[in-house]
Amino acid sequence: MNAQTSSVGHPTSGHEPVFVGDRRNELDDILTRYPTKMAALLPALWIVQDSRGWVSEAGMAEVAEALELTPAYVKGVVTFYTMYHQHPVGRHFIQVCTTSPCQICGAEEVRDAFLRHTSCEELGVTSEDGKFTVIEVECLGACGFATPVMINEQFIESVTPAKVPEILRGLK
Amino acid sequence: MGYPHKPHGRETTVLSKHFGNRDAITLDGWKKFGGYKALGAALEMSPGDIVTLIKDSGLRGRGGAGFPTGMKWSFMKPGDGKPHYLICNADESEPGTFKDREIMRWTPHALIEGCAIGSYAIGAETCYIYIRGEFTEPLERVEAALREARQAGIIGKNAMGSGKAINIWVHKGAGAYICGEETAMMNSLEGRRGNPRIKPPFPAVSGVFGQPTTINNVETLAAVPPIINQGANWYKKFSRSDNPKSTGTKLYSVCGNIQRPGNYEVPMGFPFKDFLYELCGGPPPGRKLKAIIPGGISVPIQTLAEAEASLMDYEGFVAQGSMLGSGGVIVVDDAQNLVRFIARAARFFAHESCAQCTQCREGTAWTTKIVERIAAGDGSIEDLDTLLSIADNMTGKTICVLSDSCATPVVSGINKFRADFEASIKKRTMHPVPAVA
Repeated sequence: MNAQTSSVGHPTSGHEPVFVGDRRNELDDILTRYPTKMAALLPALWIVQDSRGWVSEAGMAEVAEALELTPAYVKGVVTFYTMYHQHPVGRHFIQVCTTSPCQICGAEEVRDAFLRHTSCEELGVTSEDGKFTVIEVECLGACGFATPVMINEQFIESVTPAKVPEILRGLK
Repeated sequence: MGYPHKPHGRETTVLSKHFGNRDAITLDGWKKFGGYKALGAALEMSPGDIVTLIKDSGLRGRGGAGFPTGMKWSFMKPGDGKPHYLICNADESEPGTFKDREIMRWTPHALIEGCAIGSYAIGAETCYIYIRGEFTEPLERVEAALREARQAGIIGKNAMGSGKAINIWVHKGAGAYICGEETAMMNSLEGRRGNPRIKPPFPAVSGVFGQPTTINNVETLAAVPPIINQGANWYKKFSRSDNPKSTGTKLYSVCGNIQRPGNYEVPMGFPFKDFLYELCGGPPPGRKLKAIIPGGISVPIQTLAEAEASLMDYEGFVAQGSMLGSGGVIVVDDAQNLVRFIARAARFFAHESCAQCTQCREGTAWTTKIVERIAAGDGSIEDLDTLLSIADNMTGKTICVLSDSCATPVVSGINKFRADFEASIKKRTMHPVPAVA
């Protein structure tokens, strides 16, 4: 490996820092709530994801530096939790609950309808235009409103296959 | 009330009185309904007196385990010179359960008031409300309510002018069912992977950040202000005359194949049969109820006969082969294949296993493979014995009970609904054996 490739391969090269200005203040404020810096790890990762759409290796390295942790430790935590995206996802990230209570109310048909109408070829694979990613999610905690679907931060209750085209039309 | 439906005449609405009422969301609105009166009264009491009152009320944990709340609080020793912590478990992710979500959406101040009283009673200056990351609306509403309460001086460095510091913060989860387990939640709060810890030490001795900690469910804490306001005797009245061990009202989230899914609040000891048919409207037209899970997917499946004979309290469900659990009622009708349902439940647990313990990591994965194979029509009758043997190895042998929870629907399903499994197995394609010449 020559010097040039190692520099290109460094996780923070070309990374625009997340924790500057308001976001740095937000993190500083969060740090006052806990007796350890490490406790701010989940909130810090949320700040990264909210500002960048996903948590890159460079983002993890920046969090690690801010909280005096190692990048490997941060990655270990990131990989434990399903909501942190470790790679970019579609502009509309669609999560369909298909756990047992929703399954018996037809959630699998809702999932299939989203796949069909977004032209996503399979679960977890972003559509070619980069607009959609559809995944199955485990229990969203709204079982009486089957089928609940989350599209980014938006929580939609009582989705049926028939409602899917209209929901998708409403997305920017 | 039967939110999103109109309240049923036989409900007793204490916690759910204001579900669906936008006026109850804000501080001004909440005060009109008598909000923060209980906190004011509690701050005039000694922490010990509050603990005694909650003990006397008979309130038990609403998250699933049913541990007496007052006794849990009494394990904390205010004034021992250590920082104490209260954690409110708002990670509600037990399939079938969506009651805490409605408490946080409609009455966030009720929860904050309960958290503040609980913090004071156990000598905690800091309380974290751990809310699952997917609950975007409850997160917003609780955050907004906390801002209002801080601004009004209800919580903060000098809560309601009492000279006591009660700081309450929201900690947002990031997608992990296991973080609803109290020791996993503490690890998650500390910025670690959400692996459960071995107990002992118990949280009251060494909890979050190594300090004495109490963890209570949302519904448990929301029940505290009404008890302070109306007394232990009032709360104890909500029980059946022959069972003083379960008191108060309980929220049930009802889902699955039922006419009116939603949240219902009834006193302890309410007849489950009336609940299912009268309050919730029974099965969809033309169908019959087949199997009921009364307390979230981790509790044993009931046959219809067991469900119809159940009285809705901690002891009543145990007497009929199940548990009250979280109060997440999942109703399955006769049009459903129970094997598919159980296969999906097993997949849930396999996905959510933290993989620390071998029995759980391997057991949840193999259980899923085998039940899915049966559901697909490729199972054999021997698979049922294999499943029961795996389940035996998954029960009571791990750090937390996720492993047991995966075994539960499988074991109760095979024992109580064996015909469903056998029907799936008989569908298996038989390869004809050529006749011997």
